[in-house]
Amino acid sequence: MRFVDEFRDADKAHALAARIAALCEPGRQYKLMEVCGGHTHTIYKHGLEDYLPESITLVHGPGCPVCVIPMGRVDDAMHLASQPDVIMTSFGDMMRVPGSKGSFFDAKAQGTDIRMVYSPLDSLKIARQNPDKRVVFMAIGFETTAPSTAMTMLRAAAEGLTNFSVFCNHVTIVPAIKAILDSPDLRLDGFLGPGHVSTVIGCRPYEFIARDYGKPVVVAGFEPLDILQSIYMLMLQLSQGRSEVENQYSRVVPWNGNMVALAAIAETMELRPYFEWRGLGFISQSALRVREKYAALDAELLFEVPGVRVADPKACQCGEVLKGVLKPWECKVFGTACTPETPIGTCMVSPEGACAAYYNYGRMHRNRVLEITQVSRS
Amino acid sequence: MTAGDVDSREQQVLDRIDRARRRRPKVREERITMAHGSGGKATHTLIEAIFLDAFRNPLLEPLEDSAQLSFNGSRVALTTDSYVVSPLFFPGGDIGDLAVNGTVNDLSVAGATPLYLSAGFILEEGFPVADLNRVTESMRDAATAAGVHVVTGDTKVVQRGKADGCYINTAGIGLIERDVNLGVARARPGDAIIVSGPIGDHGVTIMLARGELDIEADVQSDTAPLNGLAGALLDAVPGVRAMRDATRGGVATILNEIARAADAGVLVSEDAIPVRPEVRGACELLGIDPMYVACEGRLVAVVPGEDSGRAVAALRAHALGAEASVIGHVTAGQPGIVQLKTAFGGTRIVDLLVGDPLPRIC
Repeated sequence: MRFVDEFRDADKAHALAARIAALCEPGRQYKLMEVCGGHTHTIYKHGLEDYLPESITLVHGPGCPVCVIPMGRVDDAMHLASQPDVIMTSFGDMMRVPGSKGSFFDAKAQGTDIRMVYSPLDSLKIARQNPDKRVVFMAIGFETTAPSTAMTMLRAAAEGLTNFSVFCNHVTIVPAIKAILDSPDLRLDGFLGPGHVSTVIGCRPYEFIARDYGKPVVVAGFEPLDILQSIYMLMLQLSQGRSEVENQYSRVVPWNGNMVALAAIAETMELRPYFEWRGLGFISQSALRVREKYAALDAELLFEVPGVRVADPKACQCGEVLKGVLKPWECKVFGTACTPETPIGTCMVSPEGACAAYYNYGRMHRNRVLEITQVSRS
Repeated sequence: MTAGDVDSREQQVLDRIDRARRRRPKVREERITMAHGSGGKATHTLIEAIFLDAFRNPLLEPLEDSAQLSFNGSRVALTTDSYVVSPLFFPGGDIGDLAVNGTVNDLSVAGATPLYLSAGFILEEGFPVADLNRVTESMRDAATAAGVHVVTGDTKVVQRGKADGCYINTAGIGLIERDVNLGVARARPGDAIIVSGPIGDHGVTIMLARGELDIEADVQSDTAPLNGLAGALLDAVPGVRAMRDATRGGVATILNEIARAADAGVLVSEDAIPVRPEVRGACELLGIDPMYVACEGRLVAVVPGEDSGRAVAALRAHALGAEASVIGHVTAGQPGIVQLKTAFGGTRIVDLLVGDPLPRIC
C-alpha cells in the first residue's frame, strides 16, 4: 500500500536500529517518553521494541485521551445520557470506559440511547433526524479532536440547531507534559512529541521543555519508521549534548500549527481554571470548556451535571502508569483483575492505553521474542 | 536492580496472567451487551459459561463448527447458524446466500458433504415481499451451487420495530464419508497453518455498505460455499488436522482457538497473510486489524508441516483457493498464545478480540 509500506520497511528499520545502538553510551540507561497514545499503539502493534537496545526504555505518556478521563466525568456523562429524550453520541473508544456504575456499553444494554460516531458531525445528522430528541456529543480528546468539535459547534450554530449540545471534556497536552516534568518521582531523557496534536498546535509550545528543562523533543509521526527515526534523532541530540525541539513529522506538522483549526477552537472554547486528570489529579488550565457565546450548545449549562468527584479504584495504578513511573505489568492488578474485557483503569480500555497495548500485543518476554524471531528467520 | 530481576518479576506477572486466563470463564455483566455477539472474548465467555454449562455433553464439548454424530455406523455432521446481517443486501451477496453458504461451510470444515438445510425466517411487519423474494431466490441459487436442498422451514412474523426486516436461521446436516477426524485440538507443533485466500473482504464490504463512513472502495463479500474447496484439500492431504471457516472474529480468532485447543503456540507472519490492498486501506483508515475482520468464504486449515506444499497446491488448483498461502506454524513455545511476526520485523501477540468494532456482520 503506497504511503504506508514505505514507512514499515524492515530493512530500513534494521539500518536505523544499528545507528541507534551505535549512539548508546556504554553503561548509560535512557528513558524516552512517547507522549501520545497513538505512538504507544504503533510501538506495540509493530513490535518496535524488538529493535531497541536494552539500554533504551520507552515510557508511555499521558497522551491517550480516553485514559485521562476521570471516573467522575464518565458518571456525569452517564447521568446526561439517562435524561429523558437524550441521545448521547460518543467515539467508540469511550464505550468501555468504566465509571463508578459501569460503562456506556452497560448503560446501552439497559436501554440508554448511546450511539457510536466516527465524527462529531455525525451527531448533527442524528440531531436533524430526531428533532424531538436532545443529542449530546461526549467530546473527548486533545487538540487533535478539539477542532472537529469546534467546527461541529460552529455548524450547529449556523444551522440554528436547538437540540444539539456538547459535553466538553477536551484537554490540552502541554500542561500534562509540564505536570510530568515537575513530578519528583520521574527521570526522563527526552520526549517523542505527539504528532497528531502538533498538526494543530505546531512545535512551538514544546520549546519550554528544551529551554527550561533541558530535555530534547522530537515531534514524531505514527508509522514505525517515523518512531525509530525520531528515537534516532533524540539519541543524536543526547549524544551531542543538545536539547532542542525538532520536527520529524514535517510532512504533516507545520512548525506554527494549523491557524484555521486553532481559530475554530479559540472561537468556541476557552481554558477551564482546572480539570481533573485520571491518575494525575487536578491540573490548572489543562482543559477546555464551551465559551459563553455558545452557551446554547453547552450540555453542562443545559442539563444539571452532578459533577461528583469519584476517587479512582484503590487497586488501580493508572496514575503511575500514565506518568511512566510504573511499567504496565508492574501494576498490582494488571492482567488479573484488570484486563481489556473487564478494565478497572482507563489505561486498559483504549487500544492507545499503555496497559491495553502491553496486554494485547506485548505480553511476552523480550528474550523469548528474540528466540522466536531467530527461529522464524531460520 | 538488574535486568535479570526485572525479567523474573515480569515473568511472574506473565505467569499470573496465564493462570487468570485459564480460570473458568464467568459472565460478569448483568445484561447482554453487543460484545457478547462479537465472536471475540465475550462471546467465548458467554458460550462456555452459559451455554456449555447448561447443555454440557461430549458431542458439544469440542465446540467445533459442527457436531459429529453417529447413526448405525454413518457419521453425520449437524450445525446451525443465525443471520442478522445489516444491510440485508450488499456487494457480492445478501442475507440469503450468506445463510446458505455459512451453514454449508460449517459442515464442510467438519469434513462432511453438506446435504440438507432447514430455513427459519423471522420477518418484521412491513418487510417488502419483493425483498423476501430476492432473498429466497439467492438462497435457492446458493443451495444449487453448493448441491444442497432446503427441506424444511419455519416462518414467524413480529411487530414492526421488533426485528430489522428479516432474520434467518439455517441448520444443516451432512455426511462424513471420508475417514477423517478433524479438530483444532489435533494441531501439533510443526504443523502449517494455511488460509485459502485474502482475508477481511466480507467485513469491510458490510462496513462500507452501511454508508456511515463516507468511504468507498471496490470490495465485495467473499461469501461462497467451501464444500468443493474443503473436499479438494482432503483429497490431496487426508491427514489434515483441522479446518475452520473464518467468520466473525476473523482469522485471529481461529488462530487463538487453535492455540488454546491444542495447548500449543502459534506463530504467523504478517507478510504471508493475503489481504487485498482495498481491504488493508479501509482497515488502516478505520484503525482496525484485518486479522479480526470477518470472511464468509475463506478456509483456515492446519496440516502437518510436510504436507503444506501439497495442501497449498490443491487449494490453489481450485477457483476459490487461488491465493491460498501458508501463513504460519504451530509451535512448541508459549502454549495458548498466538504471536505475529510483523512485516516491520517485530513480534507481537494476537489475542482474542475484545469489544465489537463491527456488530451484525453476518
